Amino acid sequence: MRQRSLIAITAALAAGALTLTACGSRDEDGGGSSDSGNGGTTVVIGVDAPLTGDLSALGLGIKNSVDLAAKTANKEKFVEGVTFKIEALDDQAQPSSGQQNASTLVADKDVLGVVGPLNSSVAESMQRVFNDAKLVQVSPANTGPSLSQGQDWQTSKKRPYESYFRTSTTDAIQGPFAAQYLYNDSKKRKVFVIDDKKTYGAGLAGTFTAEFKKLGGKVVGTEHINPDAKDFSAVATKVKSSGADVVYYGGEYPQAGPLSKQIKAAGSKVPLVGGDGIYDPTFISLAGKGSDGDLATSVGVPLDQLDSAKKFTADYKAAGYKEDFAAYGGYSYDAAWSIIEAVKKVVDANDGKLPDDARAKVVEAMSGVSFDGVTGKVSYDEFGDTTNKQLTVYAVKNGAWEPVKSGTYTG
Amino acid sequence: MNELPQQLVNGLLLGSMYGLVAIGYTMVYGIVQLINFAHGEIFMTGAFGAITVYLYVLPDGTSMAIALPLMILGAMLVATTVAVGAERFAYRPLRGAPRLAPLITAIGLSLALQQAVWAWYPDARSAIEFPQIDGGPFEIGNVTIQTGDVFLLLAAPLSMAILAYFVMKTRTGRGMQATAQDPDTAKLMGVNTDRIIVVAFALGAIFAAVGGVAYGLKYGQIDFRMGFILGLKAFTAAVLGGIGNIYGAMLGGIVLGIAEALSTAYIADIPGLDQFGSQSWADVWAFVLLILVLLFRPQGLLGERVADRA
Repeated sequence: MRQRSLIAITAALAAGALTLTACGSRDEDGGGSSDSGNGGTTVVIGVDAPLTGDLSALGLGIKNSVDLAAKTANKEKFVEGVTFKIEALDDQAQPSSGQQNASTLVADKDVLGVVGPLNSSVAESMQRVFNDAKLVQVSPANTGPSLSQGQDWQTSKKRPYESYFRTSTTDAIQGPFAAQYLYNDSKKRKVFVIDDKKTYGAGLAGTFTAEFKKLGGKVVGTEHINPDAKDFSAVATKVKSSGADVVYYGGEYPQAGPLSKQIKAAGSKVPLVGGDGIYDPTFISLAGKGSDGDLATSVGVPLDQLDSAKKFTADYKAAGYKEDFAAYGGYSYDAAWSIIEAVKKVVDANDGKLPDDARAKVVEAMSGVSFDGVTGKVSYDEFGDTTNKQLTVYAVKNGAWEPVKSGTYTG
Repeated sequence: MNELPQQLVNGLLLGSMYGLVAIGYTMVYGIVQLINFAHGEIFMTGAFGAITVYLYVLPDGTSMAIALPLMILGAMLVATTVAVGAERFAYRPLRGAPRLAPLITAIGLSLALQQAVWAWYPDARSAIEFPQIDGGPFEIGNVTIQTGDVFLLLAAPLSMAILAYFVMKTRTGRGMQATAQDPDTAKLMGVNTDRIIVVAFALGAIFAAVGGVAYGLKYGQIDFRMGFILGLKAFTAAVLGGIGNIYGAMLGGIVLGIAEALSTAYIADIPGLDQFGSQSWADVWAFVLLILVLLFRPQGLLGERVADRA
């Protein structure tokens, strides 16, 4: 009988472990090689993003773009007597790792600002740590509305953390924007909504659904998937039998790719539509040939349509980074540059030296930051959200994302 | 549209894959009473063995008709090497130790193998694309079967048949049964039990390797974590079917796979249960089923025909 109880224990362990699927690997190679050497003060800009794992394509783009901003500031001697340096930590898209990284960055007195994280769920775990330390955090990618406008953002907006800023638009705009495009431009009427139950995915699916229904569309089915699963065949079969003419997915590309592929394979030739979380070339390679016609909304206007982005694109190329700057490169550069601008203001106001309470001063200076960045005019509203609320619909054409329509959501 | 036939096929396919991996758990358990938690990673290294053959051994553009058999061989070679190596260096030194020691070793080995692939296999930090067999999906009635799934549908029963023949008819197979029933007496009867144990690990690895190739063909991508969840599910399947019983492993896998597919498809339609019906709840329902089966049949669906020593 002893063996049988052993099996019972291990079965219970196995059940528990199914929920704890994080893998324990970290990569803290700092990443940023800075061109220091002119003496003076060193200011560290922290970076927190998934540098390994499924979402590393986006995370490495963020890290490299921040590194480029720091190097550019050093080269131009943008802030006299201050050398910028980056410290990049890997959060593996896990809230717990994000919080540890936040504590690590707070402990380093040279860190005056942090760019990151990628995931809204990770941001939730970091905000308080940064706010308590009065350390400014600028996310290039978080789109969850509650991060800057409080839990009750739909009814009464209230900014929960003074130190939190972001350069990306929120899902309060992104979801409805997608709904309007699908209803008015693509003439879709029956949607099947799927999400991954994470802060970002469920939130986006929620704002999308509300607007789509308001417009008169019908939700013919909803489904929540397990982000660790790879087999979505049962879900795909449900989509097919529901008769939906479009699938909306709130989540990220590691699941969206296989999901799109399996939905098409099940015989349902309807486009899968998602938010900025699926706007990545990896989505197309995971989804395969059937992904032609799939749509994604993403923050801002395509970088190659912006004159302001040409210099960034060229500089990024010249710097010789191994990885592409991906979806959030421009926003990461602008996020880092806002911190640099804020540091400059603080230094200028203090006779060219950093004050003792530099962190708090930088947070104060952030709200007044305004400059022409890679993605257009960069400034922040009273919630710390970007004032640039442009979005773009992209479609997969011949194995690549192509911009279809830019605009914004107006009530 | 009646989606039941399609959902049953979805479950059968998923379950066959669980079954192929579960065989390794059940055989090793039947003979040495060790729950080899690293078995999911052996499945993973098998898939990486196959992709290595495709990417680095064969010339570019080799047709899948030629490549696939070689990839399966490569998968088996790598998986067997890892499994036999694990047995020799991680488990054999602990043969006389209390049972929890090799169990924890197995968990450690599982993590070590994952991280080794992550760290040293080129581009393994994100998912690697797996080559696909050309040809459209097949429609039978209103059931769609993907080309990649055909391999799994053929490989799973074939593997089972070969294994049954091996265990029942060959000398080594009978030696395995004898060792499972009573290792000491088997040794006295002239069975080389050390060799039998190695054979059990190797056989389990071979089936896991076939499963690894099937996974790649089915989902089109492999990554270093693919074995973790699947390994746990396969272990569940082995317990469900009756750990120690090779037929039970396959049956348990198929029951588990079908339970997951049907709970995703139908639980939400039951009034009052709509929020428990999504795919994210499928695992919960699968484990509810496991608990129910173990309550009424603690020895699993097919008992412990091979290792009747509990």
